[in-house]
Amino acid sequence: MVDFLTSTIGLSGWLAWTVAATVSAVLILNVIAGGALVFIWAERKVSARIQDRLGPTRTGGRFGWLQSLADGIKLLAKEDLMPEGADGMLFRLAPYVSFCASFCAFIALPFAFDVVGQRLNVAVFFVVAVLGLEVFGVILAGYASASKWSLFGAMREAAQVVSYEVPLGMCVVVPVMLAGSMDMVTIAEKQAGWFWNWYVFHDPFTFVIFWVYVTCAVASVNRAPFDLAEAESELVAGFHTEYSGLRWSYFFMAEYGSMFLVSAMAAVLFLGGWNGPMPVAAILGFSEGTGDTAPYLVRLLGLANLVGKASLGVIIMMWIRWTLPRLRIDQVMTTCLKYCTPIAAVMFAGAMLWQIGLPGGLIPGAGRPGGEIREGWLEGPGGRAAAPPAADESRDVAQVAP
Amino acid sequence: MMPAPPPVLLALFVTEPVSVAHYLVVGAILFTAGVACMATKRNALGVLMGIELVLNGANVNFVAFASPYLAADGARSLGLDGQAIALFVILLAAAEAAVALAITLNFYNNHATVDVDRADDLKG
Amino acid sequence: MMPTIPIAELLAGGVLPLAAINFHTLFFLLFAAVACGAAVAVVAADNVVRMALYLVLSLAATAGLFFLAGAEFVGAMQLMIYVGGTLVLLVFGVMLTAQAPFVTMKSAGGDRLLAGFVGVALLAMLVLAGLSVPSWRQPASGAVPEPTATPLGMALVGVRVDQPPAGQPEDAVRSGYLLPFEIVSVHLLVVLVGAAYLARAKRRKTPRAIEVAASVEPPEAVAEHAAIGRTRAAASVLTGESA
Repeated sequence: MVDFLTSTIGLSGWLAWTVAATVSAVLILNVIAGGALVFIWAERKVSARIQDRLGPTRTGGRFGWLQSLADGIKLLAKEDLMPEGADGMLFRLAPYVSFCASFCAFIALPFAFDVVGQRLNVAVFFVVAVLGLEVFGVILAGYASASKWSLFGAMREAAQVVSYEVPLGMCVVVPVMLAGSMDMVTIAEKQAGWFWNWYVFHDPFTFVIFWVYVTCAVASVNRAPFDLAEAESELVAGFHTEYSGLRWSYFFMAEYGSMFLVSAMAAVLFLGGWNGPMPVAAILGFSEGTGDTAPYLVRLLGLANLVGKASLGVIIMMWIRWTLPRLRIDQVMTTCLKYCTPIAAVMFAGAMLWQIGLPGGLIPGAGRPGGEIREGWLEGPGGRAAAPPAADESRDVAQVAP
Repeated sequence: MMPAPPPVLLALFVTEPVSVAHYLVVGAILFTAGVACMATKRNALGVLMGIELVLNGANVNFVAFASPYLAADGARSLGLDGQAIALFVILLAAAEAAVALAITLNFYNNHATVDVDRADDLKG
Repeated sequence: MMPTIPIAELLAGGVLPLAAINFHTLFFLLFAAVACGAAVAVVAADNVVRMALYLVLSLAATAGLFFLAGAEFVGAMQLMIYVGGTLVLLVFGVMLTAQAPFVTMKSAGGDRLLAGFVGVALLAMLVLAGLSVPSWRQPASGAVPEPTATPLGMALVGVRVDQPPAGQPEDAVRSGYLLPFEIVSVHLLVVLVGAAYLARAKRRKTPRAIEVAASVEPPEAVAEHAAIGRTRAAASVLTGESA
């Protein structure tokens, strides 16, 4: 976008960067807010159909699709309450902390080739790190509400999110290892082509890791069956019991934003990102999505692909919520520490051994080498080219290269 | 006509790029705040927060020396070594915070207080 | 071809010299102000929960400073481990001990004055030391290749692929960080086991409330408290009987 602004419109460098940054930020805000609007309506409809009823049908026509907007207007008009014993500053700050953490993670998420807020070299790590900061908003909200139900809910949720970061990190490392980079644009680029290039079909270990990732992601955004922090039947509403009106809606925008984010991450890491099941653009003769030569239409197609996959992930999360019963806190912790973490560790070791043993994939000759980035560094400055022959380490690694 | 102010001060007017010295000043402020926190707080967890600030001040220094953007022309920065040191400091700080918190909670369980001024059982 | 929009020229040549703004410096000042301000607020605050919040703010701004200095991996590590791990632990500790008398504890005025003097002296010495070396005061100029995380990752498994620092020959053999990496892993395991053991819940024969009560009240009242505890499930408490 900056190149477009500098060359076509003729803005000077700094102004182009400012405009590009503002446009990106506004777009991401709209994705989160608009997404929350759509997903809340979708949740009501999906949950209704699963429970054999209809859901909203009156607002805005036949399918009640303006229901979320009507709810939003109602929330705006509500009285701004605060409990008496609450710590004022913390109570007011908590929703924004939660929302900011959710928003910041979108900065590194690519929606199509090079359609990303900021292309970070450590994008995957950054997103996982920032998702873990959402827990502060929850703890602050629970404490500042001066209510024991809120505090219990907040502590449970914090313990759950922090525990599930461990297997989540291990699951996320496997596609990073397969691609050789933490840059999400690179990871998705390497899955270009037909759908069997997607990492979920790369080897059986990655396939299992994908399902472990789904479990950990659902747990880390506190969706059922891991939602005992907001368990309506036990804790009234958990940490956001005392919140009403616009402040409450910030928490929900953060929750639906996080759901969209982890689904989009799953799509980028495992399901090919913006690449569809068929490489339509390559078949039709448009250029591959590289740099400035990629036509606008190809990137739009990629955007539609990614948003479709992420929305599918969110709908599946809703489906799971209204199908499975809620887990107790000890069952949640057992699932994390006794099932997810060991399975993720073993699958990670398996995927690593698969990479070493079958670097070209199951069909020799049809596979993609994964170690270009590492090998490039070994040849480059200070690496094999410069290291003396007595350095054993570079020779060991060199044996893996074809 | 005044002589041109040094680039260190000019950066305050956001026209000049920052150098290592700016990062060192930030590190010094964090370090001093940490020391003051450790010295004045009566809450054991406040003392722990001071320790975290001290370690962060040191980390800011390491990262500044390791940065390729800030190094003066002709001098190469610490590079990877500084970043690796900062990484290990973060890891060790996490370990030490865990142990310190365990000690504090033990103290709280035994004495029903986190006031460090009340930890005077061994006083002569 | 669209004509050049003269907005930029208007802004640049107008009231504010906006074209001269170095955005790297601007963001550095922003993050530095938040980090230092929050650190001072940690010292100044009395409410321990607010101190924790200011510390989170300070360390998150420090992570931003790391990103600006090109240490992206260290910045992400700071966010994930320091802010997202260590500080969550600290906040848990604060919540567990945040009973009413411990939330705000002020120390003596004389102590704070003395700490203030020592702090100012230390700050002056550190700032003077930091500004004393001329080569530290010159910023870099010219293009620097954007750093990536791959060399750091490879160094952690023992393969150094970065350029040696100035003063060493180009083919100097430098060891990686494999041994410290493994030592830190074992260290973290030891700390995990040790902290879990230290903070284990100990079985108590009598609840702490009764122990505390026993230390300040005569024994008959203690027996009454214990009796009420035993018969809490029964309705006799409501009728006011004591066992």
